[in-house]
Parts: sequence; C-alpha cells; structure tokens
Amino acid sequence: MARSSTSKDAQDLFHSLRSAYLATPKNLKIIDLYVCFAVITALIQVAYMALVGSFPFNSFLSGVLSCIGTAVLAVCLRIQVNKENKEFKDLAPERAFADFVLCNLVLHLVIINFLG
Amino acid sequence: MMAGGNVRFLVLILAVAICGAASVFQPISDSHRSAALDVFVPVDGSYKSLEEAYEALKTLEILGIDKKSDLSSKTCENVVKVLQSSSSTLKDAFYALNVNGILKCKIGEAGPKDIVSQLQAGVKDAKLLLDFYYSVRGLVLAKEQFPGTDISLGDAEAIFRSIKSLSQSDGRWRYSSNNPESSTFAAGLAYETLAGVISLAPSEFDPSLIQSVKTGILKLSDSIQKYDDGTFYFDEKSVDASQGPISTTASVIRGLTSFAASESTGLNLPGDKIVGLAKFFLGVGIPGDAKDFFNQIDALACLEDNKFSVPLILSLPSTVISLTKKEPLKVKVSTVLGSKAPALSVKLTQALSSKSVDSSVINNQELKFDADSATYFLDSFPKNFDIGKYTFVFKIVLDESAHEKVYITEAQTKVPIAATGAISIENAEIAVLDSDIGSVESQKKLDLTKDGAVSLSANHLQKLRLSFQLTTPLGNAFKPHQAFFKLKHESQVEHIFLVKTSGKKSELVLDFLGLVEKLYYLSGKYEIQLSIGDASMENSLLSNIGHIELDLPERPEKATRPPLQSTEPYSRYGPKAEISHIFRIPEKLPAKQLSLVFLGVIVLPFIGFLIGLTRLGVNIKSFPSSTGSAISALLFHCGIGAVLLLYVLFWLKLDLFTTLKALSLLGVFLLFVGHRTLSQLASASNKLKSA
Repeated sequence: MARSSTSKDAQDLFHSLRSAYLATPKNLKIIDLYVCFAVITALIQVAYMALVGSFPFNSFLSGVLSCIGTAVLAVCLRIQVNKENKEFKDLAPERAFADFVLCNLVLHLVIINFLG
Repeated sequence: MMAGGNVRFLVLILAVAICGAASVFQPISDSHRSAALDVFVPVDGSYKSLEEAYEALKTLEILGIDKKSDLSSKTCENVVKVLQSSSSTLKDAFYALNVNGILKCKIGEAGPKDIVSQLQAGVKDAKLLLDFYYSVRGLVLAKEQFPGTDISLGDAEAIFRSIKSLSQSDGRWRYSSNNPESSTFAAGLAYETLAGVISLAPSEFDPSLIQSVKTGILKLSDSIQKYDDGTFYFDEKSVDASQGPISTTASVIRGLTSFAASESTGLNLPGDKIVGLAKFFLGVGIPGDAKDFFNQIDALACLEDNKFSVPLILSLPSTVISLTKKEPLKVKVSTVLGSKAPALSVKLTQALSSKSVDSSVINNQELKFDADSATYFLDSFPKNFDIGKYTFVFKIVLDESAHEKVYITEAQTKVPIAATGAISIENAEIAVLDSDIGSVESQKKLDLTKDGAVSLSANHLQKLRLSFQLTTPLGNAFKPHQAFFKLKHESQVEHIFLVKTSGKKSELVLDFLGLVEKLYYLSGKYEIQLSIGDASMENSLLSNIGHIELDLPERPEKATRPPLQSTEPYSRYGPKAEISHIFRIPEKLPAKQLSLVFLGVIVLPFIGFLIGLTRLGVNIKSFPSSTGSAISALLFHCGIGAVLLLYVLFWLKLDLFTTLKALSLLGVFLLFVGHRTLSQLASASNKLKSA
C-alpha cells in the first residue's frame, strides 16, 4: 500500500515537474538543453579517462573544464535572462548574452592553450 | 715573525717578476726562409690578386729568396694590364706599381703617363684616407720607377692639411670624415702618406705642420702596449677591429719609418721600445698566415733599413749549461734579419740564482769573441756555480768608433739559464726494521746505478726503510723533483710512495701495520723499483732494486678488493665499457580504434543538442530584416565563427603571440559589430514591449 503510494507520489511529482517545466519560456529551455549537452560531454570524457588512463592530463583537464566552464556560463546566462528573477530586472538580456559570448571566448582561448 | 714572512713574500714576488721578464728571442733564420716558400705558394703560376702578389714577392725579396723567374710572366701580364688600362682603381694601380718595383716588368712608353695622370687626378679628388694613401704612395713609386716622367703634386700643403684633418687628438686617424671611428692601423697609413707628400713636395713645408705631426706621433706612441716578456706592440682600441696586433703594429712601424726617412731623423721612440717592437715580431715565430708573415718580415725590414735606430738582438743557441760536458755558453748578437752586428762587446753583468735572488754568482764578466763563428762565449764558470735555474743578465756595449748606422740595444737582456750536472748518490741502503724496538732485522747496501737482486722478507708487524744521500757536484744538498718508490705485486697491483728529502738525507719508512689496507691485504712477492729524476740532474735513474716477500694477514670481509688489473699494460688507454642510456619509457597510449570510437561517442551529445533544438522549435524569425542590421548581425556571427576558427588554428600550428595579436584585431571588430547588433536587437525588443 505504502509502496504504491510512494510510487504514485513519485509519478505525480514527476508529472507536475514536467508540466511546470513545459511552461518555461523557450529561450530558457534552449539554455537548459545546452547545459545538458555540455555536462554529458564532460561525463563521456571522464568515462574515457577512467578507461584509458590520464596520460596527457592537461588535455583531459582542458576538455573537462571547457565543458564544465561553458555549462557554468550558460547557467549564469539563464539566471540573468530569466524574467522571473527580480535581481536582474534591469539587465538587458542582450547584455547578458554579450557577456556569455565574451566569457566563452576567453574560456576557450585558455582551454585551447592548455590543450597542448 | 710577521716582518720576516712579509720580506720573504716580497722577495718571492720580485723573483717571479724577474723570472717573468726573462725570455730568449731568435732573429730571422733559415727556418723562416724555408717556411716562406711553403706559405707563399702561387696558384697556377700566379697569385689571386696584386695585393697578395706584392706581399709574397716583397717577403721573398727581403728574405733573399729568388723566386722571380717562376712568377714573372703571369704576374707581369696582370701588372701591365692594370697600368695600361684607364679604368683601374687606385688600389690596383698602387699594388701594380709595387709589384713592378720588384719584378721590373716592361711597361712601354705610354703606360707611365696614363697612370701618373690617373694618380694625380686621384690625389686631387681624394676625400677618404685610403684614396690619399693609394694615390700619394703610387706617385712616390712611379717617381722611383719612371725617372723621366714629371710628377708634381699640385698644392702639397693643402693635401697635407686635408690628410691631417682626419687625425684625432690621441694620435689615431679616421678613415673618412663621416666615420667617427678612429684606428691605429689608419694612423700608420696616414704617416706613410704624409711622408710621401713631403718627399714629393717641390718646396719645404711649414715647420709647424711637421711639428704637429711629430706631436701626433708622440701621442700615438703613448698608446703602445706591453707584454710581460718585454715586447711592445700597438693594438686597436675597439674589440671588433678588423686588424689584429701584428698588422696594426706593422702599419705603425711602416708609417713611422717612412716619416722618419722623409725627415732624415730617427724614429721618435725610446730605444727600449724600438727593441721591444722588434722582439714582438720575432716572438711571433713562423706565422702560418701569408698576411701575418708579410707584416712580420716587412716591419722587421723597416726597422733594419732605417739609418738611425737599428735594433740589435741578443740570442742564445742553447740555454743549458752542462757542468759535466764543460762546454762554453754561446751568445750571438745580430740584427733582426740575421745580418752581422757591428763591433761590440757583451758583458754578463749578473747571474742570479733562483734560490738566492739578491746575490749574484757571476759579476761583470766580459764574454770572449770568436770571429770565425761570430759568437761570444763564456767558458769559465766560478767555483761556486752549482746546478739549478739561473737568470743571466747580459749587457751589450757598442764600440766607440763611428758606424754608418746608429744601432740600439736593450739596456739589459735577461735570459733564463739552466745548469745541469751529475748528482752523486751515496749511502743507499734498504732495511727491514722491527716496529716496536726499531732494531734492524736485515739491511742491504744498494748500488742504485745498476739493477740489483736484493731479496728481503717482512711481515705486517715490521717496517721497511729506504735511505740515500744526494749531493750536487759542489757538495750541496739536493732535493730532486721526483723520488718515487714503487712496490709491484705479482698480480700487477702497483703502489707508489714518495721519498721525502730533508737536507742531504732522503728517507722513506713504510710501516706495514698501517699500510695493510692500502696494500689490499695481498701477501706475496713484491718487486721494488726506485726512480729519481730532476730537470738539472743529468744522471736521473730508474732502478729495479730487487723484491720483497710480504706476509700480510687475511683479508676481512668488508675490505676493498684490489682493482682488476688487465694483462695488457696499455689497455687502460683502450675503449671503455659501453654506456647504455636509460631513456624515459613513453607512456602507453590507448589503441587507435578505441580513441576513434570515443571520438564518435563525443560527437553524439552535440547531435542530441541539435535534435533537441529542432524539437523545441528553434527559429531565426527575429533575425533583423533591414539591410543595415542584417549585415551587422551577419558580421557578428561571422566574427564569432572567425574567432573559433582562429582557436582551431592556434591549436594546430600558431603560437600564443600571433594568436593574441590576431585575436585583439578580431576582438575589436567583434566588439564593435556585436554592440551594434545587440543594441539594435535590444531597441527592437523595447519597441515591441512598449508597443
């Protein structure tokens, strides 16, 4: 009995989350998709390193940090662009996007230098 | 105590200083002449250039070697070609005239006039020092070789002044008025040129001009440099000068001697410095380079040919006096090129021993002269003349009678002399002692002049004593440079010990108790060898005394093993063991296929991202439609793409600095374009919001 209720609760929770998520604006969903893409890429790189060893360690670090860094920057962009965030009401989304692009370019310069 | 120590130290420094200044210089000899034939070798019958031809021919002429017949034809052809052409450079004309002076080629009637007029035009138009040099000296040579032609210098005083204007206050000369660098070599060329101007000038010069040149010479001679062995030389001030000390000094000597000859005065240098310059060139030995050889011989010839200061060199064929052979010490005095010296006498003023520097063994001894071999010799040495190292101080005294030339000599010449003799070895004996009591167990007398067959035996509790007495021919105590005692085991392991000398007695005591470890605990038969040697000892010896049976205890576990002796005595000079280097093992890389699989797997999330985007319904509807904003938007995207492409290139082949440079350019562009696009987008969305 309890077990079915917990599973039913879980299912309900999942459905409610899903419907709430579907209500989010499209640009935020794009950013979420980008973050997932970046994190999955990082995970695949970690799995590869676990398999074959970390010989060019700098390359591994640069690859993983590139993914994680860009994911972090995308999260910052999401926070700033989200209209429901009262703190960033005065910040134009284009400005946030310009910051995102600039920071990504700097991050990738450092990453490429460290890649070796 | 301290004062005594200081005085001894000072005496040592003085001794070193005196020893440092003593050396022997030999005048030019036949070995120079035979070397000249090897150094000045023409290629295919002629020399590469007229300059080299002149240097070779002049050197051979000074040394008295006649090689003219072999080379005349081709070289003369070159000379005639240059002298008859109207477009030869001043330098070629100068060297052609020089070579003609030696070879005396047939020029023809018209030749001289053309070349003279060319040189005169050269003098008039000259601005650089080298132009003045070639043209003026060329005219001087032309005047000597073609006595009929009329050679005038025009305004000699003006030419003199314009050459003088290139001089510096320190006696050096500049090559041109544009170039501020001054050179001592150029000063030599300038003095030769000025001498040429004086000799070609129709009338007397203003004495103040001549005096200014003489002051310049004095200033230049202040820059003369000195080596420790008493030789003087000139060198350039700057480190990267093209002329070394030999060519610089030769140029200055040529200049000074030609200037002195034109003025009919002596060289304005003190006698010691002139002899020092001569000794510098003699100290070069036999140069391997043709230019150095020419400079050496030419400079020495200049010093010898001038009438007012001809240097004389004192040389010794052998600097070793053997007290056993009782041969006299020979001294030769000659000019630098080896010609005969005038009548003079040689005195040995002092003979300073290296042991006692203040007192001299010989004082003011005049050397006898042997006319047949033209040498001075000293055949009697005082009774207290012992073996060892000495410094003999010679003085040349010229006879009072008037000579054609004025000769100059050094104030005193210091020569290092070694006296050798036979050392007597007495009371040589070898003994085995009992260590505690010191009593002699067995003692043998030795005759070190021949190999002996002494047979001794000892155990590790005993001592071995070797003693002998060394005395010089005069009975003084003698300490040899080398006194080695060698023990050689049957297994070829050797040990060398030094025999210490104190006063007249030399003794070595080997305490086997302390030496067991050094001898690697090897018992058995050891051969004994003694060697005594010294530079002043004529009867140095190496004698096999005999052998000794040593009984040493057993080797304990931790003692060092004797080194492996190879059977070949010279194998220590053979190849050593091969060194195998250990390199870093390269890291294990994963298999290629695995890497490629993962490359594919990495691309999957990107594809998933694109699919997700299409599922979300991404569109580019808000891409601006008006051309201006469309262009900036397009440029913005292109700019980002360009930066990413730059990063790919950076990874593939560029370095950080070029990337940063390109990135800064692209970044500025991107900033500008991006700002425009985004502000336009922002204004568009604001309009939508307000609307």
